[in-house]
Amino acid sequence: MIALGTCHLTRRFGGFTAVDAVSFNLLPGARHALIGPNGAGKTTFVNLLSGALPASEGQVMLFGQDITHLPQHARVRAGLARTFQVNQLFPQFTPLESVTLAIGEREGQGATWWRGARHGAEAARLLDDLHFPEADRTRPTAELPYGRQRLLEIALALALKPRVLLLDEPAAGVPPAESREVMQAIAALPRDVAVLLIEHDMDLVFRFAERITVLAFGAVLADGEPDAIAKDPRVREAYLGTAEVAHG
Amino acid sequence: MRIALHALPWLVAIGAYFAMPEQLPLLSAIAIAALFALSLDLLVGYAGFVTLGHAAFFGLGAYVAGILGQQGWGEPISGLLIAAAVAALLGLVTAPLVLRAGELAGLMVTLGLGLMLYEAANKAAFLTGGADGLQGVEIWPVFGAFRFDLWGRTAYLYSLAVLFVLFLLAQLLVRSPFGLSLRAIRENPKRAAAIGIPVKRRLAAAYVIAAAYAGVAGALLAQTTQFASLDALSFQRSAEGLLMLVLGGLGTLYGALIGAAAFTIAHHTLSEASPQFWQFWLGIALVALALLGRGGLMGALRRMTRR
Repeated sequence: MIALGTCHLTRRFGGFTAVDAVSFNLLPGARHALIGPNGAGKTTFVNLLSGALPASEGQVMLFGQDITHLPQHARVRAGLARTFQVNQLFPQFTPLESVTLAIGEREGQGATWWRGARHGAEAARLLDDLHFPEADRTRPTAELPYGRQRLLEIALALALKPRVLLLDEPAAGVPPAESREVMQAIAALPRDVAVLLIEHDMDLVFRFAERITVLAFGAVLADGEPDAIAKDPRVREAYLGTAEVAHG
Repeated sequence: MRIALHALPWLVAIGAYFAMPEQLPLLSAIAIAALFALSLDLLVGYAGFVTLGHAAFFGLGAYVAGILGQQGWGEPISGLLIAAAVAALLGLVTAPLVLRAGELAGLMVTLGLGLMLYEAANKAAFLTGGADGLQGVEIWPVFGAFRFDLWGRTAYLYSLAVLFVLFLLAQLLVRSPFGLSLRAIRENPKRAAAIGIPVKRRLAAAYVIAAAYAGVAGALLAQTTQFASLDALSFQRSAEGLLMLVLGGLGTLYGALIGAAAFTIAHHTLSEASPQFWQFWLGIALVALALLGRGGLMGALRRMTRR
């Protein structure tokens, strides 16, 4: 069984092909990283998977179900959640409100209008699990330190209890002093969730991934286990000519 | 303390009934404007969807209630409900058009729909009375007991009671998961979709609810004045509704009430003081408010009470 698969997935912007016939498989419970130089089409690929962008050609399958033409919210209900490279949060909501909202939507109670929101307790438990500091849970999100906002990105995705999780550069821009919580959260992701990590930080990639796919110019350049990828000359070529990929 | 604060606007409204018996028509106008502003607040303030054609629903409600009264069904409560249903139906039919396009295009669609309905009502004189307005509207006593009197006592208390009930309903709504999801869409539609919120469907629901509210407001106007005119459908009314909201403070239900009261009173006083020139002073007040006061009158009140 394949958790999330694509078949010749293509996206063109005018004459430019950002994602070029990518066929890719993510297995259940996988720890899979997607890497590639800037402009390789990684974020476009994630947007095609999550439904933020429609595909020009090809298919996206989630646990055998064709989701190519499903809108974003329907893909979420089918078990596919994502985080964003650039924070996409609710600035005036508190983290507790945001997570409560996400849980309510997951439970199909988002259209309830005659009573207040429930799931506050579950939201608090989730934030406990992520070691989200108590004092920051009831402040407006916009006032939180950047690292904590990155943690909330992950919390919002986890609140949806996804079967497949797309992490788009979760640690991007987090200052070292604040990165521990984010790293902990990534390390502690539930084992039954298939995770696709898009990341530039090679330390994190090689610590986390059990399989790596390399994207260059919108197409798959290499796909394999971390050791093989680190030794692959084509991958070195793609990154800064001949520079080493991480631990080499 | 909090309960006292919540009760305050309503105590003022009831107090005004006794304190200003000769100003009851103005007070009714405030209550009706407040309901219209409230309906806009649900859509613009909470869901973040701006419309320039909200008078379409107000006017439709006014004509539905007015024509019912003219054609021999003057029972007021059912008149309100029918007006709400017809306005909601128009909302339901037009929502896909309005939401289909992007933000600016959607704004243009709301404007276009408003203008179309205005001209349609103008042309359909056999039904609406055209530019002369709808004559011969007769509304029966409320609950068969309270006649609409010449001084406007019943008109005011009736309008205020309807406003109060719909305010409580709106309060329930904005505090519910549904209301929370509307605010989430306003804050960040991208993330809203990514946590599984069907953004367009929720916005459509907010649009239909706001349409029904505006329909009731229009119906109240027609019933309490026993008259309906093209004014109710005019672009000016849509724009004034937005002004009231900005004046009072977007996204706070009390802001809609306060803004409507402040705007209507200012309109009344300024136009009495200088009938030709009042819009100039209103313009100055609005520019000053927009530049100086974040969050409108509610924002100013909050800053004062926090100190």
